[in-house]
Amino acid sequence: MFATILFFVFAAVLVGAALGVVLARNPVHSALLLVLCFVASAVIWLLLEAEFLGIVLVLVYVGAVMVLFLFVVMMLDINVEQLRKGIAGYWPIAVAVAGFVVFAMLNVLVARRLGGLALKTAPALPAGYSNTRALGEVLFTRYAYPAQVAAVILLVASVAAIVLTLRRRPGLKPQDVAQQVAVRAADRVRLVKMPAERRP
Amino acid sequence: MIGLTHVLALSGILFSIAVAGVFLNRKNIIVLLMCIELMLLAVNFNFVAFSRFLGNIDGQIFVFFILTVAAAEAAIGLAILVVLFRERRSIDVEDLDTLRG
Repeated sequence: MFATILFFVFAAVLVGAALGVVLARNPVHSALLLVLCFVASAVIWLLLEAEFLGIVLVLVYVGAVMVLFLFVVMMLDINVEQLRKGIAGYWPIAVAVAGFVVFAMLNVLVARRLGGLALKTAPALPAGYSNTRALGEVLFTRYAYPAQVAAVILLVASVAAIVLTLRRRPGLKPQDVAQQVAVRAADRVRLVKMPAERRP
Repeated sequence: MIGLTHVLALSGILFSIAVAGVFLNRKNIIVLLMCIELMLLAVNFNFVAFSRFLGNIDGQIFVFFILTVAAAEAAIGLAILVVLFRERRSIDVEDLDTLRG
């Protein structure tokens, strides 16, 4: 019973924050509300007993991706007013499309069409069940190769992000450490032998 | 008791809010990227719910991979956005007409 109340409270928070993300005037507010969305989702996933993914959502999304978003939003000097111009004309089509999507999706959820699945309660988990352990056992056996591919995707993404944003400015005179280390006295100093001159 | 229908309805509402956001904020690329993140979150809700109610852990593995790919997508998307802003001094979608799309 307590879990159900918690579910509805956080579902309301989630929907409200999602509306805020979409409607906020300032992109910084959008990003912060998106953080709230992810936290509320993590709580709901915990209620669904997907503990590992709930924690990962907080660590990866709130901790990394949203910080990246906030950093970019604050780094770029965006003219918000210009971006908001002419936006009012789009709300009828937005509401129409969203209403249609909600209608189509909720239509599927009628119990009859889900084949009685909707009436089923979640199967009870055995005592001492660990979600992390169960995930790990599957991830590193049956899904070992996909996990490797996911790792490569992350590596490629991080390299690509660095290469894309790396900028070479022509006027800059940075140190070249290799060149500094490789230099020898003979390259810099020329010793000239010449006879001593007599004082006139 | 939380039913499968509750979670799926929540996910559907979340997805449609994100779709509406794509229409409403169609000039601001950053908010468009955030809407895509919201859509992925809604999809992940479905995977988690079905995984729990069918007693099959594979759905949660899929969420794991979706999170990985979404993180990669956000990193590259934001990198492209930064480069774009450097070139154009704007993140308005309507300024991106070099390819005459």
